Amino acid sequence: MGSLTIGAKYKTTIKDPGTPGILRMNDDRFTFTPNDPRSAMKFNVDFRTIKGHKFNKVEGNKAALLNLSKEDKAGGYIFEFDNVGNRDLSRDFVARVLGKHQGIVPPRPTVTPENSVASAALEQLSAAEVERRVKLLREDRNYIRSLFLEIFCKNLNFGQQERTYLKMKQIKDQNKGQVSRMRLVDIKPTTDGRTNKVTFQITPEMIHQIFAEKPAVRRAYLDFVPKKMSETRFWEKYCRAEYLVRTKNTAAATAEAAGDEELAIFLKNDDILAKEAKMKIKRVDPTLDMEADTGDDYIHLPDHGIHRDGNKETVDADSELARRTLSQDLNRHAAVVLEGRSLDVESTDPKTLAEALVRSKKEPPSTSIVDDANHERLVKVARMTEIEDLQAPRSLPCMRPLCIKDPKEYFDSQQANALRSLGGSNDGRKARTCSLSTEEAFHHLMDQMSSIKVNKLNCPIIQSDMALKEVSKACLAELQLQEFLELTIPRSSIDGYPGIATAFLVIDPITSAVLYNKVQRVKEAMTQIYQKLQLIKESAQPDALDAAFNHDVEQQQKSSKAGNRHNGF
Amino acid sequence: MTSAHSKLYSDDVSLVVVVVDTNPFFWAAAALPFADFFAHLIHFVNSILLLNHLNRVVVIAAGVSSCAYILDSSDVSPSGGVGVSDTFDRASRKAEEFIAQDARATAGNGSVASANAASLLSGALSLALCYIQRIFRSGTRHPQPRILCLQGSPDRPEQYVAVMNSIFSAQRSMVPIDSCIVGTQDSAFLQQASYITGGVYLKPQELNGLFQYLAAVFATDLHSRAFLRLPKTLGVDFRASCFCHKKTIDMGYVCSVCLSIFCKNQKKCSTCGSEFSRVMPDLNSMPDQSK
Repeated sequence: MGSLTIGAKYKTTIKDPGTPGILRMNDDRFTFTPNDPRSAMKFNVDFRTIKGHKFNKVEGNKAALLNLSKEDKAGGYIFEFDNVGNRDLSRDFVARVLGKHQGIVPPRPTVTPENSVASAALEQLSAAEVERRVKLLREDRNYIRSLFLEIFCKNLNFGQQERTYLKMKQIKDQNKGQVSRMRLVDIKPTTDGRTNKVTFQITPEMIHQIFAEKPAVRRAYLDFVPKKMSETRFWEKYCRAEYLVRTKNTAAATAEAAGDEELAIFLKNDDILAKEAKMKIKRVDPTLDMEADTGDDYIHLPDHGIHRDGNKETVDADSELARRTLSQDLNRHAAVVLEGRSLDVESTDPKTLAEALVRSKKEPPSTSIVDDANHERLVKVARMTEIEDLQAPRSLPCMRPLCIKDPKEYFDSQQANALRSLGGSNDGRKARTCSLSTEEAFHHLMDQMSSIKVNKLNCPIIQSDMALKEVSKACLAELQLQEFLELTIPRSSIDGYPGIATAFLVIDPITSAVLYNKVQRVKEAMTQIYQKLQLIKESAQPDALDAAFNHDVEQQQKSSKAGNRHNGF
Repeated sequence: MTSAHSKLYSDDVSLVVVVVDTNPFFWAAAALPFADFFAHLIHFVNSILLLNHLNRVVVIAAGVSSCAYILDSSDVSPSGGVGVSDTFDRASRKAEEFIAQDARATAGNGSVASANAASLLSGALSLALCYIQRIFRSGTRHPQPRILCLQGSPDRPEQYVAVMNSIFSAQRSMVPIDSCIVGTQDSAFLQQASYITGGVYLKPQELNGLFQYLAAVFATDLHSRAFLRLPKTLGVDFRASCFCHKKTIDMGYVCSVCLSIFCKNQKKCSTCGSEFSRVMPDLNSMPDQSK
């Protein structure tokens, strides 16, 4: 089991100031030796006479007490220790001893008594643990110093102190220059209940968080302090603005904002955050799900989010005051914590802190990050647009994309196409601008009229005799052919048959040479048709063909009797 | 659009109102001399008159500054003759007088620019429609009226509103407007006119055979056109002109009340006075997709 030697004060009663001395305990008995050799408070007690032990809860400045009660309830031995750790050690030791005597063995504490022999302590530790402690002691001088103070001044256990120290060191390293994970921006004031006084307590940690989460406040601090106002005054105004917002006193907030320029800054929307939010929106990949970005710090959107009292209020769009919502505040705090940007300074001076934050914001961390983000986005877009199943086969020739043409060009090009397709020659008409003056132009026209009057209609428009003759022939032939075809060939075939006379007369005017050509072509077409008719005749029924030919003959006889009734017009 | 057939009229009795472009600036630069053109015109008029003794032809000259009737076949000549030569004499005399009058009017009108002067198509159409209305009210049986425009000058956007009003009036009266373009450029106004009223639009390739075109296409009466395969246009240029600047536009703003067309957004319609409460973005800042 071992023994325990610890410094303590023996008290006869709780109120007794106590006699300082050394308390030694072993498995069988415990002894108390006062520091003053002349004191009579020296005793040696067997554990078998101790029935139980009690200890108090240490709060504030209360002393750590351990009461070992006697078996026959005839009092007990009250020891006061310098700190709770010593008391707990003693308590545990006593508990083990008592348990042993009473048949219950309490769990053995992992800590070892500090005043015990070093070799005994070392024996209970593993080699690795010892090595680690030696390394720690060698490297960290601060730790040695604090440990010395704890061990020799306060009689603390080595392991416990070390653990505590390491834990604090770890937390400190993690949070070095960073915003605390706890949300401290929400400053809760205290009131004394009797007067209207409201007290705000602002710590450097809170200031750090305020500067990190509210860049507008940080900018205002740098601008106003100490040129326009003192730091105290600044924080007074800030707290007042926070109080007005917290109490939802819109009227008072508006009134004070109208009167106090600096206070109004705290009540308005943070424009720096709004700008950052807009930049962030621009960088959002549209191919991704936009729902992930909803609810983000869109503080410029007035009707977004749940207000602190849970109601969704209608927003006065004309109001310049900020309408902060709980979700927006939480999101902003989370964003700042996740940024995890550590600062080089650990100073608690708000000015230094603010400047350091401004410098860190001004650093372009976004260049590489944005480039990476852009690259990643492009890759994602490429991946998303390239769906293999829906890709067209690569072997197809590239199609020219559709485009809307200028309607003027369209119409002119169609006219040109029509000319080409009909075989007509372009008359070469080009727009010619008149370079004559008004008077000259009218004179020209009058001259033309005069020439008309002189020449009258002597100049022939067309050679009427020849034109009349040829056109008559063409029209007659076409008329006869049409009738014949109607009898023998289905209507659908005839519809596609061009009207020779009409088409030629309309499209191309009849001049002497042109007319001759036209007539020749008509004759060739007729020859071809008769050849086709011969083929049909061989394959068709003889009765129908006979009837057709008879009809044709009758028509010819009629036309010869009628004479020149057809005039071609 | 098929041509209108009126059951009140004789099938092949026609009233043809021919609108002739007498813009001196155009004829000074035209490939076909005005003298030849006039000869073709007179032959065509006589051809129509020969088709039916009840046919009537009216020729209206559209000048730069004025319009006038230069021939009415129902007028009896002073000599009492009704032959081809009499028709020619009357028409040429009247045309000469009109050109002189138009020259005087143009000289007095300083706003007419020489190169850009256009013939008064809208005025001539209005005269034609007025004449046709007078014929409608003259008795129970009327000839089938139609208008033939012999246009050479290019369109002027300033006349868009007036021309469109004439076209709609002709449509309402069921008067087809035929178009024969003797100039180099197609006429968007006349394309729309022929399309809307059911007339024929033609731009002859060879002006030397103008009479052939006129006789083959435009001489037939409305009833006979159902049986003929007449030339069709490949497309119609439906571009409009803005009411504010008179420039031809493809896209613009339209008043929802009176359908006036504007090239720029306006707060108030200048035609009917309607106020447009909502301001739209300026179309000029948008990329031109047609280019």
